[in-house]
This record gives sequence, C-alpha cells and structure tokens, in this order.
Amino acid sequence: MNDASPIGSTIETDVIIVGAGPVGLFAVFELGLLDIKCALVDILDKPGGQCAELYPEKPIYDIPGYPIITGEGLVEKLLEQIKPFNPSFHLGQMVESLSREADGRFRLTTDAGTTFLGKVVVIAAGGGSFQPKRPPVPGIEAYEGTSVHYAVRRMEDFRGHDVLIVGGGDSALDWTLNLQPLAKSLTLLHRRDEFRAAPDSVRKMRELVEAGKVKLALGQVSGLKGEAGQVTHAVVKGTDGAEVHHETTRILPFFGLTMKLGPVANWGINLDENLIPVDTEKFATSEPGIFAIGDINTYPGKIKLILCGFHEAALMAQAAVHIVFPEKRVVFQYTTSSSSLQKKLGVI
Amino acid sequence: MAKITYIDTTGTRHEVEAENGSTVMENAIRNGVPGIEAECGGACACATCHVYVDEAFKDIVGSPEPMEEDMLDFAFDVRPTSRLSCQIRVRDELDGLVVTVPERQG
Repeated sequence: MNDASPIGSTIETDVIIVGAGPVGLFAVFELGLLDIKCALVDILDKPGGQCAELYPEKPIYDIPGYPIITGEGLVEKLLEQIKPFNPSFHLGQMVESLSREADGRFRLTTDAGTTFLGKVVVIAAGGGSFQPKRPPVPGIEAYEGTSVHYAVRRMEDFRGHDVLIVGGGDSALDWTLNLQPLAKSLTLLHRRDEFRAAPDSVRKMRELVEAGKVKLALGQVSGLKGEAGQVTHAVVKGTDGAEVHHETTRILPFFGLTMKLGPVANWGINLDENLIPVDTEKFATSEPGIFAIGDINTYPGKIKLILCGFHEAALMAQAAVHIVFPEKRVVFQYTTSSSSLQKKLGVI
Repeated sequence: MAKITYIDTTGTRHEVEAENGSTVMENAIRNGVPGIEAECGGACACATCHVYVDEAFKDIVGSPEPMEEDMLDFAFDVRPTSRLSCQIRVRDELDGLVVTVPERQG
C-alpha cells in the first residue's frame, strides 16, 4: 500500500476522500475508471473503517455477489479491486480545516500536518471519526483536558502525579507500563482481573504489581471529586460494592472508541442532525465540489447499507468528473466491454 | 414466543411479546424502550444496550461470552447480573423475563 505522507507534506491530487471505509475505497474504483486520482485520509491506522475496526470477523450477508463475507474479507477484496488505481493512503490522522484556494481547488489539512490540494472533496466518513469514548461517569466533563485525559499527548504532563488508569485493554496496559517510571504513583483500575490486552503487556504489568511499583485495583469509577477542574479523588466502587475514595490527580480512562462527526461539522456544509443532506443524482452537498456518500449522508429514503454507498459512489463519480476535467466529454462505458477501461484495470 | 418486561430508569414497565430467535435488544428498540441505545446495531461492538437480568432468570439466561465480557468493561455500573441485551436470544424458556435498564449507558 502506498502511504507516502511525511509529516508536513503537501499532497496534490484530483479527489480527496475523507474516510477509507468500504464506500471510500469503492469511490477510488469508480473515480479511477474515469482517470481521476485519489488520496484517502482516515483517522484509523488501517483502511476499512467500521468493517476493520468494529466487526472484522462478523459475517456480512448483503453484499451483492457474496452470500457471506466478513468485514475484513470485504476490505481485502476492495483493496485488491482498487489496486490498479494506486490511491495514496494517509492513515492515523484526522482532517481539520478545509478552505478554497484562489485557483478554485480545495486545501484540506490534517492534525498530522499533512496538506492536500484537490479539485473535489468526497466525504465518506461513515458514522464520523473514531474518537476515544467518554466513560459514563457523572460530571467527568468538568475535568477533561486538565485532570482527565483520553490520550497521552505529552508524557511529561503525567510526571510526578498520582496517575489512575482505567481499563483493561491494550491502551490501558501500554500506558501503565510507559507512565509508571515517571508517575509519583500509578494505579491500574479494572472491572475484573482479566485483561483483553497483549499477554506480554499483562505479564509485565503483573511483574510491576508484584514489585510494588504499580497498584492493581478491581472496581469501577462511579464518580469524581475535586475542584476548579482538578480532580483530587476518584470514587471507586469495588467488586464488593463498597465505595472508596482513591487519591489521584491524573486520570486516563480507556473506554474504547466512539464515532463523532468531528471537524467536518465546521466546514460550512449544511447538516441535518449530524448527517449531510445530498441530492440523489450527484450526491452533492450544499457546497459545490464537495460530495458526501455512504452512512454520513441523508436523503429521502436513505438506508445505511454498504451496497447503497457503492451505488452513491458510482453516481458521485459521474458528477465529479465534470469538475476534475471540465473540458472532457465523458462517455459512459462498461468494464465488461470497454478495452480502455480494461487497460486501466490492467486486465488486458 | 416469550413475554419480556423491561423496567426503565423511571421504574416504568414495558411488556413486549418477543419472537424466538430475536434478541432482547431488538425487541426493546422496536418497542421504543427508553434507555436502550444499541449504538452499534447489535454487533457486540459497544456497550449501549446494557441491562440487568432479574435474579430469577440469571441462570436461565446464562453468562456472557468472553467478547461480551470485554465489551461490558465499557458499561456503567456493571453488576453480576449485567448483560448486553443484543447477546440474549429469545427462546421459550425466557417467557416472563424481566430486565432493568441501568441509570446510564456506556
């Protein structure tokens, strides 16, 4: 896979696709048949979107031509299908700003410092970008960004603190191991004495617990105490149901990922309850040159099926080609019979 | 068929006739039981259809598979009777099942 985006680089392309889920991937195919080059951006570190992140092993039964295929299997097939068009993948980064250049092209930036210049933007962002989930603890919002963090941006921010890490997955275990040397104290709190993390990390964590360097507590956070945005105590309900106050000044809860529309909401596109209204001829948004396909869009009769997103990608491509190549006369062709399409696919 | 009763956070009881093979989550969504969100649509990929199974049915319903247990880590106030309702399939033996919706979903 081509993933050529060093930090701070500028990528010039025809179409910038936001979201590398099944619909974003298939858009590469439909656009590719029309000689349009694509760059894909996704917050996940792998292509496939929900199929890859939420249900790689779940069977899907409504992909035409596949009586049964797993999420992961579908992504593999799509990657194989779009290979001839050699799209560039820019993974593990979230889109931030979108603006217009004087020449009419779009300038899109990401939080990793990548800049894209393209004539068309296709939003295929599904349910939105995957972001850390806020745990269901009453009043936690008041401490976010000060005492409560959902990711470690700077390890130094945790130096000398009584750190409480909540969770039992890889993130919780990895940060337990990484922050232990610089924290004043480190407690790993989990609901049960079983961890869904790499066995090696679990073994290392248990060694640190043995050595008295990490405290392992079993229970759930039921509330937080503190003032002026600074936590002083976490209220922890133990497995016996009794509540104890645990002293802490930095909390890292790892409660999995959820999907949020994110910065796309600030791009000046008309929205309808976090979905993007489009027409059903071109799947164009309220902003010329910006299209929306797949689960992120809405129109009368919309259903959120992968196969509907594929259809939307095909129609979007027929409209986008007139923006990318305004002078070109486009003749619709079939892959079964067109030798020019077959050449592009590398099959003849 | 089985009659399932959902008790929401206000204490209101919602009685539903559920077909065998459907899930306790699906029946809640179809009948608009408040407090069951089922964000992921039943893929066992979130923890927003969390319920407490009535003690009397705990053994009949059974305990969660490892994957569900992992997801329960993301739920609020997990108890020994906690289950994700998308993972409970309705069958005749569940007739009369009572589940309570937790104060908040994950």
